[in-house]
Amino acid sequence: MSATPERTHQNVMLNMETLMRQLIVFFCITLACALPAVAHGKVRAFACEPEWAALLEELGGNQVKVYQATSPKQDPHRVEARPSLIARMRVADLIVCSGSDLEIGWLPVLLQSAGNRDVQPGQPGYFMASDYVRRLEVPDRVDRSMGDVHPSGNPHVHLDPRNLAIIATALSKRLAEIDRENAEFYQTRNVTFQERWSASIERWEREAIDLKGLRLVTYHRDAIYLVNWLGMELTTTIEPKPGIPPSTRHLSKLLSELKAEPADAIVRMAFNDPKAPTWLSERTGIPVVELPYTVGGTKQAKDLFGLFDDTIDRLKVAAGRS
Amino acid sequence: MSRIYLAIAIALSMSFSVAAWAQDQSEEIDELRQRVQELEERLDQQSTTPESATTTAEPGLPTTADQPATTSGAPAPTSNKFNPAISLILNAKYRYFKLDPNTYTVGGFVPPGGHGHGGEEEGGHGGGFGPGDRGFSLDETELAFSANVDPYWFGFVQAGILDGEVDIEEAYIQNSGYVPGLLVKAGRFFSGMGYINEQHPHAWDFVDAPLVQLAMNGINYGDDGVQLRYVAPTPLFLEFGLEAGRGANFPGSERNKNGPNAWVGFVHLGGDVGFSNSYQIGASYRDTTAEEREFDDEDSLGNEIENHFVDLKSKTYGIDFVWKWAPNGDPSVRNFKFQAEYYRRTEDGQLEYDLDMAGAGPLEGPYKSEQDGWYAQGVWQFMPRWRVGVRYDLLDSGTLEYGPITDGTISREDLQQLREHKPERATIMVDFSSSEYTRFRLQYSEDKARFDETDQQLIFQYVVSLGAHGAHKF
Ligand SMILES: [Zn+2]
Repeated sequence: MSATPERTHQNVMLNMETLMRQLIVFFCITLACALPAVAHGKVRAFACEPEWAALLEELGGNQVKVYQATSPKQDPHRVEARPSLIARMRVADLIVCSGSDLEIGWLPVLLQSAGNRDVQPGQPGYFMASDYVRRLEVPDRVDRSMGDVHPSGNPHVHLDPRNLAIIATALSKRLAEIDRENAEFYQTRNVTFQERWSASIERWEREAIDLKGLRLVTYHRDAIYLVNWLGMELTTTIEPKPGIPPSTRHLSKLLSELKAEPADAIVRMAFNDPKAPTWLSERTGIPVVELPYTVGGTKQAKDLFGLFDDTIDRLKVAAGRS
Repeated sequence: MSRIYLAIAIALSMSFSVAAWAQDQSEEIDELRQRVQELEERLDQQSTTPESATTTAEPGLPTTADQPATTSGAPAPTSNKFNPAISLILNAKYRYFKLDPNTYTVGGFVPPGGHGHGGEEEGGHGGGFGPGDRGFSLDETELAFSANVDPYWFGFVQAGILDGEVDIEEAYIQNSGYVPGLLVKAGRFFSGMGYINEQHPHAWDFVDAPLVQLAMNGINYGDDGVQLRYVAPTPLFLEFGLEAGRGANFPGSERNKNGPNAWVGFVHLGGDVGFSNSYQIGASYRDTTAEEREFDDEDSLGNEIENHFVDLKSKTYGIDFVWKWAPNGDPSVRNFKFQAEYYRRTEDGQLEYDLDMAGAGPLEGPYKSEQDGWYAQGVWQFMPRWRVGVRYDLLDSGTLEYGPITDGTISREDLQQLREHKPERATIMVDFSSSEYTRFRLQYSEDKARFDETDQQLIFQYVVSLGAHGAHKF
């Protein structure tokens, strides 16, 4: 990747002809660089997390070109504002993120460095999924002694499929607003998606009926929407406070707590460090269940449907209720 | 003639403002249209969701029989909706120095503060140039405000506060993308040259700046002026930058001139290698002139030589490189960061000098130098919260053509500041972050910046941030 034309004739005097030639070369290279940005009429969408990339694919089909900024192996709280992400945000027509400060450590830098006005807050190209649903755990007061709490509520909203249904409709409308020519296309796709989705929700709720009351330990409170949806219980977290890694002392305290009052499963999301969950599991006999957290987090979670299929399957196996 | 220019200027500025006004109008209409649409959307959703009657603020909610521990009606308390994001950085140190910090100097280089020796106090912009004081000390408390001014401009100010002095480190407005890919910044800002230059000291991976940064840029090179950055619409990150500024800061000086006195150009290129690696390389150039820069040297007998640069062209070339590794791109448990920068500076111009021992008035002569230096550092997070790092610094005082030498009064070896030297420093550090907002750091250096002696420096530091959640650049 280079955009500077190389000087080829240094021995000849710089006459008009060589100057023109250089200008043409420079222009062609610049154009070549710009080409990927204008070669197709598709909407270019920047998805902060894999779940939104998957939803965009469901709703946008071949009319939307999706760039997924993070992998399921990455903790979405802790992502580097890498140069490659700035480059992708530069050419995006739409960014889709969880919002509610989940991406506060990196998204503001991207928005500031990319020079793309279309995706700034308040523009149609700025879509924060959690704005459309009721967030749980909105704190009454925020103080950093509570750790890195999310001041406007828990942003991990995608793990309740009913939230996804609402978000899908809002996102579909947004796509139609950005790409008016294909408005009908997006609407149709959303209708199809909603039909399949509500049927799936019914099925999942049936399948998960036995999970009611299941007591879970998670690393971070990122499963609260899932727990809330299926009527499970989140007893405690491995991190002592949001964003604070557990110390040995905290782990041994947790161990005695769990021995006194056992849980049914210790959840490890795909991006969590396995050390602490395994350590606790070995000493308490409580099984570790590895959940995908997002699309691609496990082999089975290929798309949004697979995400919930697999999550429920794994929980049932862990609970011995399959 | 001047009347014609004036007419052209007025015509141009008017046509520009009319165009801008027309655009504003159409934008406003667009915005209104959009707002109406959003309202319609909200109404739509509320009429389709069953619980819409109970909440009006948040459209659409999942129907749940039992809502645990939610405060549904409570407004989000902290994100002060219209007020600027405020953050405060507290920074204190304990320092042990084997050698007296008042004798600190980067040998062979004209000091950025203007004088040969000195501790923390003598610095100008961006803090002191010495290694600081022995023992316990509170360092600058940094206070930052930022917010969108309106739909077009973002405003940022960061001030350093210490013992009755307030130092505006940065204060600028920025427009992002009025022209796609173009970022316009105006005011006072840290230059985009190099890599570490744009970072505030609290974001550094070591307590102090690399020696080359100190010698060439005087901690953080900042300027009052205008910056344009253009991010190309390419799959790889490619950014061009141009700055024009007052140029009053080292290595330039105040000039009483209408046009800009300092120009900076830079280019950055960055990308990923697989999921786990990302990099950025950069090249930069600065062109500035010093007219008021002064510094005093001595000969080996302690006779003073006063120097005054009359018209000194200073050109600085730099390249920088950063490589970050994190397994699958997730740095929370383990990660590694390597960074290195190289700078070369050439200075060429006229000098007025006054030799103590000669007793005659000021003389004129040439000053010409070519100097360079680099550093490389690696920081390894081996477990959550804990990092270790090493850094190596090396400078070369290079070549010197200097009035008092060319007129035969003195030899270079006799100069106490500008004689040949290769300042060198090796540093190791370990730091612990109890959370994202706190860092405790212990650092040890063997510092050979002075000519003949090696200083041993042990520094303990804490840096904490209060208020708005910071987001750091790559
Ligand atoms: Zn979270």
